[in-house]
Amino acid sequence: MQYQSQAVAKPYFIAAIGLFVGQILFGLIMGLQYVVGDFLFPEIPFNVARMVHTNLLIVWVLFGFMGAAYYLIPEESETELYSPKLALLMFWVFLVAGALTILGYLLVPYAKLAEMTGNSLLPTMGREFLEQPTITKIGIVIVALAFLYNIGMTVLKGRKTVINLILILGLTGLAVFFLFSFYNPENLVKDKFYWWWVVHLWVEGVWELILGSILAFVLIKTTGVDREVIEKWLYVIIALALITGIVGTGHHYYWIGTPEYWQWWGSVFSAMEPLPFFMMTVFAFNMVNQRRRNHPNQAAVLWALGTSVMAFLGAGVWGFMHTLAPVNYYTHGTQITAAHGHMAFYGAYAMIVLTIISYSMPMMNGRKAANSGKSQIVEMWSFWLMTVSMVFITLFLTGAGVLQTYMQRYTDDPQPFMVVQERLELFYWMREVAGLVFLIGLVLYIISFFVGGEEPEQA
Amino acid sequence: MSETFTKSMARNIFYGGSLFFFLLFLALTFDTESALPDRDNRAAITEQVAMGKRVWEENDCVGCHTLLGEGAYFAPELGNVYNRFGSTDAIKAFIASRPKDGVPGRRSMPQFNLSEEELDAVAAFLKYTSEINTNNWPPNIQG
Ligand code: HEC
Ligand code: HEM
Ligand code: HEM
Ligand SMILES: [Fe+2]
Repeated sequence: MQYQSQAVAKPYFIAAIGLFVGQILFGLIMGLQYVVGDFLFPEIPFNVARMVHTNLLIVWVLFGFMGAAYYLIPEESETELYSPKLALLMFWVFLVAGALTILGYLLVPYAKLAEMTGNSLLPTMGREFLEQPTITKIGIVIVALAFLYNIGMTVLKGRKTVINLILILGLTGLAVFFLFSFYNPENLVKDKFYWWWVVHLWVEGVWELILGSILAFVLIKTTGVDREVIEKWLYVIIALALITGIVGTGHHYYWIGTPEYWQWWGSVFSAMEPLPFFMMTVFAFNMVNQRRRNHPNQAAVLWALGTSVMAFLGAGVWGFMHTLAPVNYYTHGTQITAAHGHMAFYGAYAMIVLTIISYSMPMMNGRKAANSGKSQIVEMWSFWLMTVSMVFITLFLTGAGVLQTYMQRYTDDPQPFMVVQERLELFYWMREVAGLVFLIGLVLYIISFFVGGEEPEQA
Repeated sequence: MSETFTKSMARNIFYGGSLFFFLLFLALTFDTESALPDRDNRAAITEQVAMGKRVWEENDCVGCHTLLGEGAYFAPELGNVYNRFGSTDAIKAFIASRPKDGVPGRRSMPQFNLSEEELDAVAAFLKYTSEINTNNWPPNIQG
């Protein structure tokens, strides 16, 4: 670690991993509710488990992004962080606000939570992924502003590189588009239209800038390839991401009351969205092949390569599968969507956070560059267990989705939703088993931090 | 990547391209806003429908159901439930009759203890939703 203040990233990363565990536990609860319908009913209804699962996901990924920024911005800027104290304060604010919100979901009925937090004053609750009480949303904005101020001031007083510029641009975009979560008109069509300005313009827009810059940073560090080369790739990738991804938002405007022309705009532009993800894969493998040195942290290199491949599969391939309007007409809102959502979120955003954690944690724990060989072997096992089981989760959901689409929507004799779901039970059981393997992988991941601590670094 | 294609060319494509396509997206958004009144059934948004949307949100119905294909995939699509059930009364009756402890072994919907006014409102909201012009989605009555 070159600058003391980089160490504020550590609590962020630890919190991220802790919340990740919570996310998976609630995923497994829901996975069981899919087949044992009344499991934990009425104590934890499905919708409550779902908001805990998805909100924990978003919060831990945000913790990961912030930790990544606190780690890499001082190093890129070649200066200490503007205010480590503010960073630590915001850590606690965010953690406490997050924990209270999750407890609120679990301990009181949602309608009661809405009442307690004054949702009627500025109604923003009860929409997918944006379930947080309005005051929590305001808290998120405050934390984001303090965070942006802190890293912004750091860059201003230090070296300006393409990587920290793009990272800040992405994080600023994240905060700006989140503001649309406060717009919730009575008109359902408009509500849905601008809801996607948060969700789609995040994952297929500004978050790709964050993803690209973190990946570029780790590749510079682990391969020693010339910065000029890496920065050029980064620009091309994010250019393609925004050129295709902004108008690509149209792939959500086919059937929600918006004009028909979106079927063209959405299909054509989103069909090109896999390109930047494909380039990211080519980029990562090219840089590793052209490496000037063998970095001792082989686990971090594995995570970086894995991210590029899984993001391409989940977002690129599984996204393309259902993005053309004539296909989406049948698959819209089925298990196909769930399959894609899982692999894309894991492959791109969970894995990039795990990549930067893998790269930076050894240094924050006082090592020179890497963990012991023993620890890395355990970590690599966890990589394969989690990643392969996510591939299987995706395949089982895809199987379920294809059948659901056929039986409920495509055949001449469409069956009711609940009837079809019962026929898909086998797939859901297999998804649950794969989910358990995922959990084992995650436990192993945590264990990897505690083994081989006394042993020397991998050379 | 080749030497003739420089980093500053890549940077210009990024800024120029992003700006251009963002402006295009804004233009499409303006056009959509002006086309919506003929499609989004806004004339039907009464005070009751607006209250129904709030009931929908404050009970997190979207955490189990899809509405026009968006939401959760655990329970039936409700964008066209008005057509499936045929009346707001049938919708109200279904919601009001959910057993408190669920249906043994079956995916269950909570008993929300909604007032008569709230039931009327959420049913009216679902009727309004079913009349939005969705380009013929869903493909059939099963949603
Ligand atoms: C915990 C999950 C859950 C929540 C939350 C939920 N539902 Fe349901 N809902 C279900 C399930 C499961 C069914 C299917 C029940 C069955 O067929 O036995 C259902 C069925 C329905 C149906 C009948 C659909 C059909 O085609 O048969 C309506 C109408 C309905 N729900 C309305 C609502 C409304 C309105 C809300 C919010 C106030 C809501 N639901 C919240 C789980 C939920
Ligand atoms: C890392 C990037 C991506 C992530 C994290 C992601 C995630 C998601 C998620 C979570 C949803 C479900 C949203 C909901 O609940 O309604 C979704 C929907 C969708 N995604 Fe992606 N996605 C990504 C990239 C892509 C790409 C590149 C494409 C196209 C090539 C794509 C196409 C779609 C489509 C068409 C839907 C709508 C599905 C439906 O109609 O139900 N996604 N995505
Ligand atoms: C490992 C075990 C997991 C299980 C059993 C599981 C299960 C589920 C279930 C049942 C849903 C709700 C689907 C519905 O609405 O009906 C869901 C939603 C979701 N999960 Fe998971 N999950 C797991 C892991 C993960 C991981 C690792 C990620 C990402 C890193 C993730 C991201 C998501 C997302 C983004 C959604 C919303 C999807 C959408 O709206 O389309 N899950 N999950
Ligand atoms: Fe999208």
